[in-house]
Amino acid sequence: MNLKRMWAVFVARNYEYFRDRAAFGWNFLFPFLIVAGFAIVFSNDNQAQFKVGVFPLSSPETAIQDLELPQGFKETKYLDFVFFSDRDQGLDRLKHHKIDMLVENASPPWRYWISDASPKGYVAEKIFRESALPGDPLAKIMKKEKIHGTQIRYIDWLFPGILAMNMMFSALYGVGFVIVRYRKNGVLKRLKATPLTALEYLTAQMLSRVFLLLFTVGMVWIGCDLTFSFNTQGSLGDVAVVFAMGSIALVSIGLLVASRGTSEEFANGVINFISWPMMFLSEVWFSLEGAPEWVQSLAGFLPLTRMLSGVRRIINDGAGLADVMPDLLFLGVLSLGCLTLAATFFSWTE
Amino acid sequence: MILEIDGLVKQYKGITAVDSISFSIREGICFGLLGQNGAGKTTTVEMLEDIITPTSGTILFKGRERDRAFREKIGIQFQHTELLAFLTVDETLKTFSRFYKKPLPLAKIKQLCMLDTIGKQMNNKISGGQKQRLLLGLALLNDPDLLFLDEPSTGLDPQARQHMWQIIKDVKEQGKTVVLTTHYMEEAQTLCDEIIILDQGKIIAQGSPTELIDQYCREGQEPQNLETVFLNLTGRNLRE
Repeated sequence: MNLKRMWAVFVARNYEYFRDRAAFGWNFLFPFLIVAGFAIVFSNDNQAQFKVGVFPLSSPETAIQDLELPQGFKETKYLDFVFFSDRDQGLDRLKHHKIDMLVENASPPWRYWISDASPKGYVAEKIFRESALPGDPLAKIMKKEKIHGTQIRYIDWLFPGILAMNMMFSALYGVGFVIVRYRKNGVLKRLKATPLTALEYLTAQMLSRVFLLLFTVGMVWIGCDLTFSFNTQGSLGDVAVVFAMGSIALVSIGLLVASRGTSEEFANGVINFISWPMMFLSEVWFSLEGAPEWVQSLAGFLPLTRMLSGVRRIINDGAGLADVMPDLLFLGVLSLGCLTLAATFFSWTE
Repeated sequence: MILEIDGLVKQYKGITAVDSISFSIREGICFGLLGQNGAGKTTTVEMLEDIITPTSGTILFKGRERDRAFREKIGIQFQHTELLAFLTVDETLKTFSRFYKKPLPLAKIKQLCMLDTIGKQMNNKISGGQKQRLLLGLALLNDPDLLFLDEPSTGLDPQARQHMWQIIKDVKEQGKTVVLTTHYMEEAQTLCDEIIILDQGKIIAQGSPTELIDQYCREGQEPQNLETVFLNLTGRNLRE
């Protein structure tokens, strides 16, 4: 391994990345926009979980307090009331699952409609019926307890997922796709004509991409933290270590994908095949709690899951590196395996 | 001999691109490979360059099997090559010079290949002729003993072609060996000391330009030049 040659490839690849303004800008902007979007959607003023249609009401300015509905229902949080001029209009929206429940604005007995095919309608009905009971009839048989410690906001849970997903796409496309393109247009062939070895080239590519990924994540983190003030329980240094190990694993997969072939379309298909299951099974957007056991087991073998699990435990639960060591070991072994295979199968020209 | 080739064969899925050819290249000459499209020129040259692996046959460099050090001693200008789009000409030269143990000073390469005025330009902004000069510069970076040029003047205007020829002559005068493939017979006749003509993967003629003209131009046939030799040997019909 010749460090001078590796450094040359490392520097050249970094120049390429920073000077491709469109790709560079998008890598920063994309995660920031998603986090910003979710921050707005899940802000305190806009966290409605159920949409309740009310008729007959013609004026959209009607105050909720003026509705002839149970007081408890009108005061229930996370309900979004949508007004309709007549029943048919409301029923049409209900049939198409645009609202979860339809209620007639009238004196008791209140009439309401739900779709039997709608889980949210089922829950909305329970809320509606319970809110219509006078007083607090459940107080004698139920007692609400408080959660101690800092409560995790959804945005704090989601943020590492967005960063990890961005890293995954950047690692797979930024390495896998790019190397296949270099092979197709002869850049790799030109490099083969020099004393540069395949291992030196692949290692330099990996180091360059890991450096760029960590740089990007760092910048996005700072930008998002200044804007949304994330709660981080653990050490940022530990988070950086897990991100570094995760990015090495993801880049190694990208190198394996790119080890052979000159078809960008094929590489694109393979990368999609790898990245989409990871995006849905690695708890980027939603928890797999309650999913079938085999799905959860499968997800445990995905590098994105392991990276995300480690990062979330550090950020949300204050865990240390020792606590996430199984995840780090998994990522290390996966990286080693993929790099070995990539170096074995790598071709400059075919 | 700088290169000795014996019984070289290359097959692709049952198709024989190069069919058991043998020849030697003397040190310090310009050696030309001529042939129609698909005759096996590029395949032969890429086997000599160690870019593709022969199906069978031997290639000796200075009497020995080629090893990793071979790449320190050769320079290659490929027929089709892209460069990293977002690097400048200077940065490209610097990057490639770091691959070699003893690269020539970049200023010398830039002067030789007339790259001084475009050093700050991005690779994706330079013209076809400038790109060819840059590719030649990259091939010369390590002061190679053996220089492979695969159709180096394709797409160049007459001035740029003359300049390219002058560089090749200068390289040869320094005692270096040049292996040249070209479709331009005038280029081969001007630059090459020895030539082989390939047809369907086999050598059909070999010698100096003068020898080939004497041997294969019929008496009274005009013009008496390498192009006439080539057409006499490979026919006048299009094959592609």
